[in-house]
Amino acid sequence: MEQLTISKIREGTVIDHINAGKAPLVLKILGIDKGSKETVSLAMNVPSKKMGKKDIVKVEGKFLGEEELNKIALIAPGATINIIKDYKIVKKFKVTPPEKLEGILRCPNRNCISNAEREPITPKFKIVKKSTLFAVCEYCGRRFSNFEDNLE
Amino acid sequence: MKHLISIEDLSKSDIERILNLAEYLIPVAEGKKRMEIMRGKILANLFFEPSTRTRMSFEVAMKRLGGEVVNLTSQEASSIAKGENLADTIRVISGYADVIVIRHSLEGAAKFAAENSSVPVINAGDGAGQHPTQTLLDLFTLRREAKLENVKIALVGDLKYSRTVHSLVKALKLYNAKIYYVCPDTLMLPEELVEEVGGERVALEDIISEVDAIYVTRIQKERFPDEEEYRKVAGSYVITSKILENAKEDLIIMHPLPRVDEITFDVDKTKHAVYYKQAFYGVPVRMAILCEVVEWSN
Repeated sequence: MEQLTISKIREGTVIDHINAGKAPLVLKILGIDKGSKETVSLAMNVPSKKMGKKDIVKVEGKFLGEEELNKIALIAPGATINIIKDYKIVKKFKVTPPEKLEGILRCPNRNCISNAEREPITPKFKIVKKSTLFAVCEYCGRRFSNFEDNLE
Repeated sequence: MKHLISIEDLSKSDIERILNLAEYLIPVAEGKKRMEIMRGKILANLFFEPSTRTRMSFEVAMKRLGGEVVNLTSQEASSIAKGENLADTIRVISGYADVIVIRHSLEGAAKFAAENSSVPVINAGDGAGQHPTQTLLDLFTLRREAKLENVKIALVGDLKYSRTVHSLVKALKLYNAKIYYVCPDTLMLPEELVEEVGGERVALEDIISEVDAIYVTRIQKERFPDEEEYRKVAGSYVITSKILENAKEDLIIMHPLPRVDEITFDVDKTKHAVYYKQAFYGVPVRMAILCEVVEWSN
């Protein structure tokens, strides 16, 4: 008999089909940490027919914006988002990478002004999809695709 | 208001307009004709890194047009850096001047300066990033001394760290240039730039008889892990008059300067050497750029 790993939520956002092991990074991208008010359930290495193993994140009582959720595509391109109201899915969509990104990532170029201490500067990136997904720093032009290593 | 941060800020018609204006301003740059277009305007030269040619040519350009210049040199800049960040420095100085020229060691500094400025900002070199005014004077030199459209050009030396080369190849793409790279493996142009602009790696001897221009940059000794490695490649990228025996009659040799030993002195006397003219062209081109950005701000 199938067993529910984590319980259903009444209202909020469910992020499904996250690549196994990436759920903590998803929380980081969404700015959810120990200081956040939301109730968060997290399941890792859940068996999945499509993916073998996957992670799931459920955020109770919070409706995250589509733009905010699309940032997840940087590290979990196959993730799906379910918006839940009264235990029912009212909206479902796949994440798509944003065209522009402010914050979240830091430029890997140590000589970039966006890494300068004491400057009131927010790193800005263009997100470009060619054969692979990569970010281009709007300040120094450095191109990179290793998003996980460069999360703020 | 518009700033000049990257050569990509300019369309081909913007570039043509600036080069045409520079052509017109040559007699003024030479001091043969007077012009007061910039009377009452102040240029702030903010050089957080040492510079001779770029800083002085901007200063001369502004003064030849009747304007005035205030300078912040690297020595003063280092004391500012102790107590004030770049954003605040720019906010303050943009209240003093009508246009700001900035050179900084950090890539993206000019763009960030522009975001914090109430007057136009011109990038005079940011780290290994962009140097658009050098590119414009390089294009001007090609147009006057060789040709710009469909030019065949060999870029020689340090193509990896040279910001002048990084800006130039992007502009050359607009002119359907055939670009050859002559450099050691370790100093090749960044891969993404090659992807963007094309071009091929060659030995200079193989294309010397075909090219219209050779653009030489200094191989920077400090980039090599040990001096022996540097010595191995340094000698192989020296332009001598012997190499030029097989060159086209009207081949030109360019160099953003300063030169160390990558072009021998005997080349200076040949008709191929245009690097001193190229340095002079910095004045009319920067005059044209000043006119353009002040016009943009109006």
